[in-house]
Amino acid sequence: MVVHNTPMVIVTRLFGYLVLLVVAGMMVVPFMWMVSTSLKAPGTEFSYPPQILPTQFNLTNYQTLFNNLPFGRYFLNTLFITAMTVAGQLVICSLAAYGFARLNFMGRDTIFVLYLTTMMIPFQITLIPLYLIVSQLGWVNTYQGLIVPGISSAFGIFLLRQSFLNIPRDYQDAARIDGASEWGIFWRIFLPLNGPTLATLGVFAFMGTWTDLIWPLLIARSEEMRTLELGLAYFNARPNAFLQPNWPLLMAGSVVVMLPVLIIYIIAQRYFVQGIALSGVKG
Amino acid sequence: MYDRVENQTMLQDSAATAPPAPSPSASQPLFVPRKNLWQRFWSRSNERIGYLFILPSLVHIIAFLFIPLVFSFFLSFRDWTRPSFQDAPYIGLGNYEFLMGDNRFWQAISNSIYYTVLAVPMGMAFSLVIALVMNQKLKGVNLFRTLFFMPVVSSWVAVSIIWLTLLDPNVGIVNYVLGLFGISGPNWLGDPRSAMPSIALIAIWKGAGFNMVIWLAGLQSIPQELYEAAAIDGANRWQSFWRITLPLLAPTTFFLAVTGIIGSLQVFTPVYVLTRGGPLDSTNTAVFHIYRRAFQEFDFGYASAQSWVLFAIIFAVTVIQVGLRRRREEIQY
Repeated sequence: MVVHNTPMVIVTRLFGYLVLLVVAGMMVVPFMWMVSTSLKAPGTEFSYPPQILPTQFNLTNYQTLFNNLPFGRYFLNTLFITAMTVAGQLVICSLAAYGFARLNFMGRDTIFVLYLTTMMIPFQITLIPLYLIVSQLGWVNTYQGLIVPGISSAFGIFLLRQSFLNIPRDYQDAARIDGASEWGIFWRIFLPLNGPTLATLGVFAFMGTWTDLIWPLLIARSEEMRTLELGLAYFNARPNAFLQPNWPLLMAGSVVVMLPVLIIYIIAQRYFVQGIALSGVKG
Repeated sequence: MYDRVENQTMLQDSAATAPPAPSPSASQPLFVPRKNLWQRFWSRSNERIGYLFILPSLVHIIAFLFIPLVFSFFLSFRDWTRPSFQDAPYIGLGNYEFLMGDNRFWQAISNSIYYTVLAVPMGMAFSLVIALVMNQKLKGVNLFRTLFFMPVVSSWVAVSIIWLTLLDPNVGIVNYVLGLFGISGPNWLGDPRSAMPSIALIAIWKGAGFNMVIWLAGLQSIPQELYEAAAIDGANRWQSFWRITLPLLAPTTFFLAVTGIIGSLQVFTPVYVLTRGGPLDSTNTAVFHIYRRAFQEFDFGYASAQSWVLFAIIFAVTVIQVGLRRRREEIQY
């Protein structure tokens, strides 16, 4: 359809931009407020009228976080836990996805349907016994307790299986005739051809683990096991009703939590949006 | 099983020019002896290496999902308070009987329902409006999408710290802006009447980008010709929205409503970081209540029973939605 620049079209476009700008303002102003407050000296954050754009460039809040508070430790903990979880999901889910997509073994479809039904079980059902099992294993307050329950997911297997099913069967047959093992076909053909889907799963797992609160809340007991998200939540909860919270410091902590996620998101935006659209299409 | 057999016949028939005939006599023996389970398992067409590929995930799902699931069901029939599992007596339906008369639990369930009613329809409508505008092929849409997505990827703790200051009744920006219009804003998160709506608003703000992407995928699957045909017939934009866009978006609407309701009835993190269930238990939602019962009062058996009742409610709501949708489809076609 050819769109002519009639006055009607121009007015609708202008109206569209207006809506987008208003919404963009609602989405972005809170983050600008966060950054500018994190740069203010404690006690000067509220002024009249409020300052949304930074007026001070005071980095002492960030120095306090890393020098006087264990945010460096939190950061390393979060990085380690997230990296291990992402790696685990990529390996375990892609192996299972290859099995379900391309190998014919007895009971395969029954087991796969069983996997799919687990996606409908709400987390609060398994949370209590999962915690009790992990504590029976002696994993409370350990890295394995924080990592191992998250290293595989039915969602990841489902996502990768759909993608593996799109690889033409001829590739697999040709490789078999050439004497390739199943492992070789998986490693040399299926993984390289499904890079984008692997990236999608990796980004999803990264976002989910980096910002998870409830599991670290139960498992990380001591200060040196906390993740950034949990450390910030505790720090936020600490002041009592009579004590004014140190907002600039809290905002600086928020910036530290969010920066890596935002950077990964901007780099891998395509995969993330694709993954969400996929998860919507399946339903 | 099927394609492995096919491969072999193709290899054997490599000299033949015609593709293997699908007639049963050519590819299959006339008499197939019935194999028992073990023979089928051990036969050549069963690619047993598949079990090795799924083994890690199978071990994981059994250890961290199936066992907890069974364990949780078993727990809900026990009176398990601290300290040890050995002291947990079997009390039959005792937990469930107590739960029927437990006003605090039902208050928490009704709080969750209130939150869902506030957050899901408004959140879907708001994100649909954005998606409709984004679908107009305006320039710079990618930049806007990136901006709308910032809240989605943000952490709930950081978001709550930001909004706690923005919604501060005295010095917050929101009430400052309302003041410019002569409105004196409420004590958002501090007033039992406005606390839950405030959490719902923040959740709508945070989730709008996510819903928008799914709406957009739905909108882009609607064939453009339908709009052209409607325009030729003299339909205006408003009419084509109600008669074409909305009916054809039904699968997306259904998906967002179902997943939105399931997620909202289980809301936990925003409550934990913004209000801790307060003020006066006005934001004490079901999962937050279960969390407190289990991990602060250490009443694991009763909390498990509560979580199964919540699951039953969520399941019932989902089944009703699926049933309604099926019925509507039957009426339409």
